[in-house]
Amino acid sequence: MNVELYERIWMWAASGLIVAFLSLIFVMTGLHAITPPSHFETVDPASLASNPEFSSPGVRPGPDGGVVVSVVAEMFDFNPNPIEVPAGRPVTFRLTSADVIHGFEVVGTNANAMAIPGYVSQFTVTFDHPGEYTIACNEYCGLLHHNMVAKLIVKKGTP
Amino acid sequence: MSGGNSLAAANIGVGIGAFGLASFMGVMQALSIADVQFPARSESLYYISLTAHGVLMALVFTTFFIMGLGYAFSQATLGRITGRRTAWFAFVLALVGTVMAAQSILRGQSTVLYTFYPPLQASPLFYIGATLLVVGSWIWGGVMIASYRGWRRENPGVPMPLPIHGMLATIVIWYLATTGLALEVVGMLIPWSLGWVKTIDPLLARTYFWWFGHPLVYFWILPAYVVWYTVLPRAAGGKLFSDPLARMVFILFVVLSTPVGFHHQFADPGISARWKLAHTVTTYAILYPSFVTAFTIIASLEVAGRMKGAKGLFNWIGRLPWGQPFFAACALAMLAFTFGGFGGAINAAYAMNSMVHNTAWIQGHFHVTLGTTVTLTFMGATYWLLPRLLGREIRFAGLARVQPYLWFLGVAFFSTSYHIAGLRGLPRRVYSGSLSGDNGAAWHGLTVLAAVGASIMFLSAISFLIVVVATWLAGRRIEAPAFEFAVPLRPVTALGVWDRYGLWTCVAVLLVAAAYAYPVIELLAHPRFGSKGFQPF
Repeated sequence: MNVELYERIWMWAASGLIVAFLSLIFVMTGLHAITPPSHFETVDPASLASNPEFSSPGVRPGPDGGVVVSVVAEMFDFNPNPIEVPAGRPVTFRLTSADVIHGFEVVGTNANAMAIPGYVSQFTVTFDHPGEYTIACNEYCGLLHHNMVAKLIVKKGTP
Repeated sequence: MSGGNSLAAANIGVGIGAFGLASFMGVMQALSIADVQFPARSESLYYISLTAHGVLMALVFTTFFIMGLGYAFSQATLGRITGRRTAWFAFVLALVGTVMAAQSILRGQSTVLYTFYPPLQASPLFYIGATLLVVGSWIWGGVMIASYRGWRRENPGVPMPLPIHGMLATIVIWYLATTGLALEVVGMLIPWSLGWVKTIDPLLARTYFWWFGHPLVYFWILPAYVVWYTVLPRAAGGKLFSDPLARMVFILFVVLSTPVGFHHQFADPGISARWKLAHTVTTYAILYPSFVTAFTIIASLEVAGRMKGAKGLFNWIGRLPWGQPFFAACALAMLAFTFGGFGGAINAAYAMNSMVHNTAWIQGHFHVTLGTTVTLTFMGATYWLLPRLLGREIRFAGLARVQPYLWFLGVAFFSTSYHIAGLRGLPRRVYSGSLSGDNGAAWHGLTVLAAVGASIMFLSAISFLIVVVATWLAGRRIEAPAFEFAVPLRPVTALGVWDRYGLWTCVAVLLVAAAYAYPVIELLAHPRFGSKGFQPF
């Protein structure tokens, strides 16, 4: 194929840019073990009431001095609400839905995962800054979707 | 008007009608998010109209317009539409499907948004209507392929006309994409909504949806690229810089557009991180044909400026016909796409995605891409097509001249505001930007700015509709101008590797299988629990 010199230069530059983008993603993924929430665990959404963990969701001590928070998203609230966690320690959220798909977004942070009925989303974040955060549902779940918010309280020191 | 042209005109007319209806809903939604009170504002109306807006814009407007554009190109470059009666049947089928789905949405029985994620459950009419629309488009694809094959038999060994090359790419992508949709809708949603099966796996359905949902955007964008490559350089007074590269670009889209869907599911459980990373790689690879397009089109426009006597480094830009509505619409569409493309690269970034996932950033993003790059190009293409299809002169040419700029101004306010609001955490698809009442201080001013932008876009949409309707009904009758396509600087004379559609389609199918077989089997093999349907609307 006969390609003009300038266009050939551009094509190599474009390839280089894409390789650079991808390398950056791979390096960051490797160095910081960054992965999106990709846990694979199923749970029966129709019998959460008799599930040992999700029948009484809440905060409990976890490994590494952190905490584990089990959360049930249900039209149009999160349970528990508010959620209280320590600052500067790993917080592992375990999240599921009792009805339709919901979102779980801690506004202003990168904690952002889907609550899909039948599945448990699990991801770990560390909140460095104490304060009150809004948890918003960011997936349409019915007429009061926008009302579905909860409070996350990040406390200094031991919980 | 020849029979082929009335087929094109009918499809384009329905597409534009859907656009008109949906644009009115769009402005109401932006006002609602900004918490502007207006009569009849309610949650129910908001989410119904959000569903209608998405379905009418993303599925109806685009599909009908693209079908019409395909027929027009086939008639103009191949001199035929093989199977005209079949094509009219496809049109009626798609229209019946659209009306079925639309009435079920407007009656409030299917408020599931255009992504219709189960276990939200719509009326069976919604799913069946959508299926008929897609089946209609499948028949359209068959008619286009039959037309091409008929031409090929009479013209062996000749490279196919470039507009048809691009439309075939669009059609192959559409077949690949809608296979995923058929698995979801026919295999899961319809039996479930009719009560034949009690439960559904929401994650499997989502996975099939995004198998469809991302190549869907290339189904929209490729016809716009075809217009940029094959019509725009001519309208600007220049030549196409490189014909073989255009063919390479179309083929790369065929190969790469489908195995990318997991970048919409980064935040989902049940899909392994490795597969998400694999889809990240293919998603970045698909930036490449767009980079090449940027060079080829801009170089073609530079050729146009220089043919008009421009000498310096940049003054060829000033020589371009900025007062011509078709040119202005396409040029602004391309400008929007430079922003949209980089926004897309952020969405697809494995880790950065969690800052923007399901926030207002996303609606900001796809109003730059689908809402401007594709829509403005289609608006411009309408100004180019109507005189050729109808034999009428464009009415209100002054309004048509201003309209693309107005749209661009509106979307600049709209999308910039939502991008920033999304970064600050405003979730997408909310009735009120203040959420439960006392949130949203971080983004309130931005939602108001976005509503201002939406109002400007609405003014532009109304201007567009006035020009179209006035031209259609009362444009001065003229002899229909010829369909003139851009001539390449160096015409391609021999069949090359980029014309081998059979080969490339096989490669694409293999890649889709490679991208989805393992994750889907892994999902199916795992013990799972189904969900019953919910109608919280």
